[in-house]
Parts: sequence; structure tokens; C-alpha cells
Amino acid sequence: MAKKKFVVGSFDDEKVLFPAVKKVRKAGYKIHDVYTPFPIHGLDQVMGLRDTSLHTAGFIYGITGTTTALTFMGWVFTKDWPLNIGGKPHFPLPAFIPITFELTVLFSAVGMVLTFCYLCQLAPFVKKHHFHARATDDLFVMVLECTSRTNEDEAKAFLESVGAKEINVQVAEDGWWLGRYAKEQKLYDTTTENSLA
Amino acid sequence: MASLRYESQVREPLVTGAKTYHDVTVDIVRPIEAAPSRLWKIGFTISVLLLMFGVYSVYREVVYGIGEWNLNKTIGWGWDITNFVWWVGIGHAGTLISAILLLFRQGWRTGVNRAAEAMTIFAVMCAGQFPIFHMGRVWMAFFVLPYPNSRGPLWVNFNSPLLWDVFAISTYFTVSLLFWYCGLLPDLATVRDRAKEKWRKNMYGVLAFGWTGSTKHWQRHEALSLVLAGLSTPLVLSVHTIVSFDFATSVIPGWHTTIFPPYFVAGAIFSGFAMVQTLLIITRKVLNLNDYITMEHIEVMNKVIVLTGSIVGIAYITELFISWYGQNPYEMAAFKNRYDLSTPYAWSYWLMMSCNVIAPQFFWFRKLRRNILFTFFMSIIVNVGMWFERFVIIVTSIYRDYLPSSWSTYYTPSLWEVGFYLGTFGLFFTCFFLFAKYFPVIAIAEIKHILKKNGESYKNTMGEEEKATVEHFKHEHAH
Repeated sequence: MAKKKFVVGSFDDEKVLFPAVKKVRKAGYKIHDVYTPFPIHGLDQVMGLRDTSLHTAGFIYGITGTTTALTFMGWVFTKDWPLNIGGKPHFPLPAFIPITFELTVLFSAVGMVLTFCYLCQLAPFVKKHHFHARATDDLFVMVLECTSRTNEDEAKAFLESVGAKEINVQVAEDGWWLGRYAKEQKLYDTTTENSLA
Repeated sequence: MASLRYESQVREPLVTGAKTYHDVTVDIVRPIEAAPSRLWKIGFTISVLLLMFGVYSVYREVVYGIGEWNLNKTIGWGWDITNFVWWVGIGHAGTLISAILLLFRQGWRTGVNRAAEAMTIFAVMCAGQFPIFHMGRVWMAFFVLPYPNSRGPLWVNFNSPLLWDVFAISTYFTVSLLFWYCGLLPDLATVRDRAKEKWRKNMYGVLAFGWTGSTKHWQRHEALSLVLAGLSTPLVLSVHTIVSFDFATSVIPGWHTTIFPPYFVAGAIFSGFAMVQTLLIITRKVLNLNDYITMEHIEVMNKVIVLTGSIVGIAYITELFISWYGQNPYEMAAFKNRYDLSTPYAWSYWLMMSCNVIAPQFFWFRKLRRNILFTFFMSIIVNVGMWFERFVIIVTSIYRDYLPSSWSTYYTPSLWEVGFYLGTFGLFFTCFFLFAKYFPVIAIAEIKHILKKNGESYKNTMGEEEKATVEHFKHEHAH
């Protein structure tokens, strides 16, 4: 739970954002993250993020489901309780296909969603710092992390030069926490709350 | 740099009106932030009352047994299984729209997928009630699960299509729910970040799982959506296939047919789209979302309805032909019991034929496809027709069995049987009303994603792109 210092700049057009990301990276600033209201294809490449391996995880979960279903049904019908059902074979593969398929899909989907939530640190009651409330509305928020060598004013000026608006410096929690939002963030209107009470 | 995305001007815009990203948020979140309207309250009350009547009907059935229904020895499956198959069928459109159309890159799905997926989940919830309560001793329903028990352990029969159903329906429900909720996360975060009141901030804060919109998270989110879509595509086909196996793997004339899986899947998509039309025509009107669910969306879905309706029609005719071509006297008798107007159930067969095969043919006309009132009327007709399809398949195949002395000439549902059906309507609409009030009914992030490509105000800028030289165009837009 470490607090860090960030320089935050918001963009209102993705056409400006793309060249800005390139320039900021070229200038050597450390991009903490870019928060966008919707997925922007290609932004991950421009930011230099590596591809996700979530697909591979999904495949592994899937074959786990396949083997679980087949070995379990096979074990039940051949070893544990070999029941004679109308003289049919004890390991009728065609009849096992529907359940095998369903379990493959089930394992893969559930496993992938859990992995996704784990990787992105998403869960109910998890709180994170929001650099800009409109990052889920219509702004593209670029956050630069201040290292020991970063000059804040220079970083702010640089962000302005590449087209950012509403530039500010924020000291914020890097990861997630449980509990309340920081009071000073004023995420909701405290005046209406008081008037209600 | 020219625009980031290109879309031909020939296509109709999917978002009408000059919208900015912020307008999209405001328009879609408005019903959540506003107080519930009178219309909503009335609708919600009616739904809850229906649900309560359904709960009482089920209570009667649980306490006094299956005898509360007018099923008998010959007609062992009646309204309950008809309703089950009908609801499962309705539950197919949502995943079809969100999964198959995602893989086919159909941009229009973004306007309707959220509501359609919600509908899927609620419909599957309703469907599940019927086989569970048909068990009679419902407190033993968990016997269908293969768990190490004290009876041997005596396992379930993995060869039985009824057990396949257990796996298929529960997997389908789980995967649809996960897919739907993953899509909801970013939009719930949008509602959270706009919230002015503390309770709203906290409630949507919990629901949004702490979503921030980080680029890395979006990248994973996109990968997840794509793979879930890829998994759901065969899943949605498998579910109704397995439901059709309940009938097709039996030896009852009229059920023992290899055509059932594709025929059931087409029928499911057909009825699912009809239900989507019914719900969305009301939703777009009540929530004022005409700019997002446009005439274009309605027309496209009507095209799917006429296509799947015709596939279903071909299946009906093929069945009839094969029963004659096969020259099996029992099979021929089963079909004579359907089409011969002198038999007690012929009316239901011809009602099915006219609702499902003849009626949708009106949608070959563009004028009618783009007529809201007519579409709404047709969507009801199609769902009535599809209910009768299941009724025809189930009841007319079994009411006259091999032993004429046990023929059951007529089967009329009891009040509690009808009550159970009405109760599932109550459950469905209660859930849908809550969804429409507390969740974004349109995928906000996905609309924003296509806005600059398919939005009306951006459409005009595409003309400049088309004037560019081939080399420039290729450089900018080729994959």
C-alpha cells in the first residue's frame, strides 16, 4: 500500500490521444496507465503493452473440463458402479459427448472470468483511486508516474504541448483497497447528503 | 490523421442524432438516475402480482402433488414441458445476438445485446422452474447432481438426455450470466462515477467491482469477450439441440426424428428474436431510446425472423414428407393426428402453421419490416405460434398411444397449471422491470466504441475518406 505521485492529463479525442501517447513515450516519461471509457483498439500496442495470455488460460481450463468429464463418467460407469443399462456399452463415448462438451465450456468460461477478475484485481467492495470521474464517461485520462528523475512542471508542460486538458498532479494509492473512498476525492455530492439528513 | 475507423456511407447509421460520448452516457443512464415513472410502477406491480399467483400455484403443486395439474397417464408431459421448451427457446436470442453476431462483426448488435442477454438470463430462469417442479418431490431435486451419496454411491445415468439437459441448461445459464455481467462492469462503473448520492455511489461501486477503465484491463476484457463469444456460439446451438434430444432419442412416433436439433435451434432463434422485438419496442418507447434502437435494428431483426421462420417452415414440411416417405404406419398416424382436421388437436397444428410459417412471410416487404406496430403485433403472433409448436410436438404425439383404450381425448390445463405459467411471466417481467430501472439497458461502452463509425453525425465525414486515393485508403484502413 504505497502512495505515489502522478501527473494526470485528460484528452477529449482519441485522435489526439494516439500521437500523444507516442510522443510521451518517446520523451521518456513513464506512463502509469491510460483510462478510457471504452476499448480503443491499438492503444495497447502504442503503449507497448504485451498481448494478454487470457486465451491460453481459457484453453487450459477448457481441456481440464474435457478430461474431468470424460474420466469421471468413465470411472463411474466402468469402475465404481458398472450399471447395465439396456445392454449398452459401459463406456459409450457418443452418449458422453454432450456432458463433456458442456463441462468444457463451463470450466473454460468460469476459469477465464475468475482469472480475468484476479488479473485486473476486480471484486465486489474493491476500491481504487479514480484519477478523473469522467474517465468512464467521455475523457481519455493519461496518467504519468513521477519517478525520482521526473520534473513535475516539465511533465505538465509536456502534456499540455501534446494536447492534454485539465492537467494536475495527484498523490494516490497505487493499488486497490477495501473500505471507503478517500474523503478528499469528493466523489459524491456531500451537500445533498447533508440536506437529506 | 484521418478518422480512426471507416464505415461505408451506404449503411444506415446505428445511432441517430448528433451525439457526443457524453450524450450517450446521459441518454442511457437517465432512466437509472430518474425516479421510476408511473408506467414502470404499474407494470412492476402487475408483474409482482403475477409472480405471487405463480408462487401460490407452485405451492399447491408442491403440497398436494402433481395431481394438481391435469396431466394423466397418457399425457405425462403437457403444459409444463411445453412452457419449459418455450422459455428455453426464448432464451436463445440473447446469446445469439451477443456471441454469434460478435463473431460475425455485426455492428447493430451493440444497441440490443444488453437487453437481449438480460432477457436470455431471465427466460432460462423461468424455464428451469418447470422440469424442477415437475419432479413432484421437488425437495429431492438435488438427486440429479452426480455427488458422492449414501445410496451406494448410486450415480445418475450419464446416458440420459434428461441429465444432459441438467448440464446444458445450468452451463448455459452460468455462462450467459458471466458474459452479461462482464459486459456490464464498465457500464456500472460509468453509473458509479456519475452518482451524486452516497448510496448510489456505494451500490454501483460494489456492483462495478472497482472497474477503472485501464487500457490493460480493456485489453483483457476484449480478449475475454471474444473467447466467451467463441464458447457461447457452440453452446447456444448445443443447448436447444440437447433439449430436442429429450424427444428425439425416445421411440415415440412424432418425436423420434433426426431433424429435431437444427429444427429446434432455428425455432429457438425465431421465438427469441420475436421476444426481443416485443421487449425492445416497449423499452425504446418508455425509456426514450429511439436514437439507439433504431428502425434499422428493428428491420434487421425482422429479417432474422423471416429467415428462421422459413427454416422452421421447411422443417415442418420435411417432417410431414418423411412420415409419408418412411411408410411407418405409427409415424404416419402421429402426423395424421396433427394435420387431419377431424382429430381433436388439428386446430393447434394449423394455428402453429399459420403463426410460424405463413405470418412471418409478410416480412418480405420492407414497408412492413419497418412498421413498429405491425412488428410488435407479429412478435406476439410468433411467440403464440412457437408456444403451440411445442404443444403440438409434445401433446399430439402422446395423446393417442399404442393402446386405444388409454387414448386421452382431451387435455385441459388446471388453474394451477396455468397459474404456474403466468407466474413465470411474473418472474420474467419482474426481473426485466428491475433490470430496466437499475441497469444500463444499452451497452454504453460498446455504443461509444461504434459511435464514430456508425453514428449519424460521423457518418457524413466518411465521404472525405472515400475521396482519398486507393493507396492512402489502404494505408489507413486495410487490416
